[in-house]
Amino acid sequence: MKLNGAEILIDCLQKEEVEHVFGYPGGAVLHIYDALEAQDKITHILVRHEQGAAHGADGYARANGKPGVVLVTSGPGITNAVTGIATAHMDSIPMVIISGQVPSPLIGMDAFQEVDATGITRSCVKHNFLIRDISEIAMTVKKAFHIATTGRPGPVVIDIPKDITIAKMEVEEYPTTIEMRSYKPTIKASDRQIKKAAEMLANSKRPILYAGGGCVIGNASKELREFTRMVGFPITQTLMGLGTYPMTDKQSLGMLGMHGTYEANMAMHGSDCVVAIGSRFDDRITGNLEKFCPTAKFIHIDIDPSQISKNVVAHIPIVGQTKQVLQALIDQMKDKKLEDISKWWSQIEEWRKVDSLAYKKSSGVIKPQTVIEMLYEVTKGKAIVTSDVGQHQMWAAQYYLFDEPRQWINSGGLGTMGFGLPAAMGAKLAMPDRDVACVTGDGSIQMMLQELSTMLQYSTPVKIINLNNGYLGMVRQWQEFFYEKRYAMSYMDALPDFVKLAESYGHMGIRVEKEEDLKPALIEAFNQKDRTVFLDIVTDPSENVFPMIPAGGGHSDMLLAGRDEMVSKDETDFNAV
Amino acid sequence: MRHIISVILENEAGALSRVAGLFTQRGFNIESLTVAITNDPSLSRMTIVSSGSDRVLEQIVKQLNKLIEVVKVSDLTSQDHVERELLLAKISSNSKEGANIQELVEIFGCKVVDVTDKVYTIEVSGKSKKINAFLDAFDPASIIEVTRTGVTGISRGKKLI
Repeated sequence: MKLNGAEILIDCLQKEEVEHVFGYPGGAVLHIYDALEAQDKITHILVRHEQGAAHGADGYARANGKPGVVLVTSGPGITNAVTGIATAHMDSIPMVIISGQVPSPLIGMDAFQEVDATGITRSCVKHNFLIRDISEIAMTVKKAFHIATTGRPGPVVIDIPKDITIAKMEVEEYPTTIEMRSYKPTIKASDRQIKKAAEMLANSKRPILYAGGGCVIGNASKELREFTRMVGFPITQTLMGLGTYPMTDKQSLGMLGMHGTYEANMAMHGSDCVVAIGSRFDDRITGNLEKFCPTAKFIHIDIDPSQISKNVVAHIPIVGQTKQVLQALIDQMKDKKLEDISKWWSQIEEWRKVDSLAYKKSSGVIKPQTVIEMLYEVTKGKAIVTSDVGQHQMWAAQYYLFDEPRQWINSGGLGTMGFGLPAAMGAKLAMPDRDVACVTGDGSIQMMLQELSTMLQYSTPVKIINLNNGYLGMVRQWQEFFYEKRYAMSYMDALPDFVKLAESYGHMGIRVEKEEDLKPALIEAFNQKDRTVFLDIVTDPSENVFPMIPAGGGHSDMLLAGRDEMVSKDETDFNAV
Repeated sequence: MRHIISVILENEAGALSRVAGLFTQRGFNIESLTVAITNDPSLSRMTIVSSGSDRVLEQIVKQLNKLIEVVKVSDLTSQDHVERELLLAKISSNSKEGANIQELVEIFGCKVVDVTDKVYTIEVSGKSKKINAFLDAFDPASIIEVTRTGVTGISRGKKLI
């Protein structure tokens, strides 16, 4: 049977068991849309902006672990998606993006809606392809899904010229397996390294586990829990790892890094053995590298060899899947006698007593932290929470105690404002039975507002928790601390009436100005099972995120709430990023 | 320290720009880069000369390996190897050195490949140092134009990349 390129492409997507495609039509992809319309296995979600498609597919992938699929047209279609692709790339999210291209003979002629899609996306994808012949379609799709989902996952772009989607050929069997001589992601970790790591761990007196997004993406949560409980070590999690180990557990020290807890950062600072598990020593984690973990030896577990010894030199590097390495460590350490670390724990408990997440309530104004605590209470800690980027993101990370992986969805690496809403939509599509909340701010939400329309069309009821303080809060916070309170462009005048706005999109809007109205409003919102509810919550504009390690500071240089003096302030380099 | 890195990669469109892009994107230094097809027409071989600390070199090798189309990466500098570069230079025949060009050609073991009434075109191959030395033997004013291929290299004996 002869099929055209578009039909072959859709057939390949079906063979890859794709159920949802987030996209937006345009000239170069019209044949593909025609083929999509003729089938009913794949549901297409028509977004309102291609960036929303990429974030939607990203949220979908983060929520259920399957690759997200995006379909956009050439030119502005793909350039609009670039922010979303870069977001997924920084956080290692499996995605396949299909972009239309102008017909092959027009490539390079500055044709209408032509951009060099593979050139533009090259530095923000795991890999990309430009299809040159109809016979390449099936193998390219197979490779794209293989590359996107194996090793360290990431987005893969397939650029397909329009003429190829209408050319016809005899269909061949879709390949079931794939072998690429140039791509063999390391999977099995070296036994020797595991043994060395077990030895070091057994002999450490002040160990700490530092788990990151690699535990979430690598589905290693079960093994991480078993290992952590078996060895009895304290564990801290990165912004990307939250929930992979239950944050309510007594061994959990919460998040570490720039806005991490006092106990997590001090434990890193005082540790003699740091085990990085699927985490990459990001600058928001380490602060000033010269002051980072001065007495520690590092065991670094990562599937991507290039992460090892990139920022921090590993004493024992282990290249492998977090899940397998943790299982191997469990097996190796089962009968090992460990050092007594009770003194270390009592030191940590002292740090914990500092209660670094405590904040002062004041009457007449809602504290943003209270909103998150109440969101936690009303959803019984079970909601999937997405966030945008800024202060609200940090408060959500600090005060919503995630107990499960894939419960917390945020743009950690790229820090993309506008991510939260479309990601929530994607997460709800992936997990229709779960409550999904999008914690956002008045700045971020306005970057992707148009997706409210998509959410009505496809009935993806999420609860938008808008912490409205009238400021770009994180910018304002830095200006307060480091720019002598010169608030350049961090105040947003002329905000819309978010309630009316939500209503005009066919959703429900509730404005909350008093703390006593907060809980009833949240309960009301989550009772609306079939509706998207926009909670516009007026919060204290002067509130800051604490603890904070200022740029250039080390883990022991923390600013704490209500205690604005900081250790070794003079050494802090405010010129750092 | 200077390093010569050999890369075997799929002979596909875009592969070169991925490698070049990687170097700019990550701020790696690149002194020269040569690329051509190998005896297996589906593979290309690239030779990159770069410099940096051991840690930077480790990152360069790892990041190159991470590129999907890269099959193999090897730092030639750490092994017994042969390296060569080719120079084509046009030298003015009116200059002082031009007068005894034959002598210099003999000393450096190179070839005059073209002669006109005003210009000698000379081919030199060897290590980059030899090429530098050859060029240093002339007054800069007498060197009209040069083109260098950049370094290519291969390990000695049985050892393959």
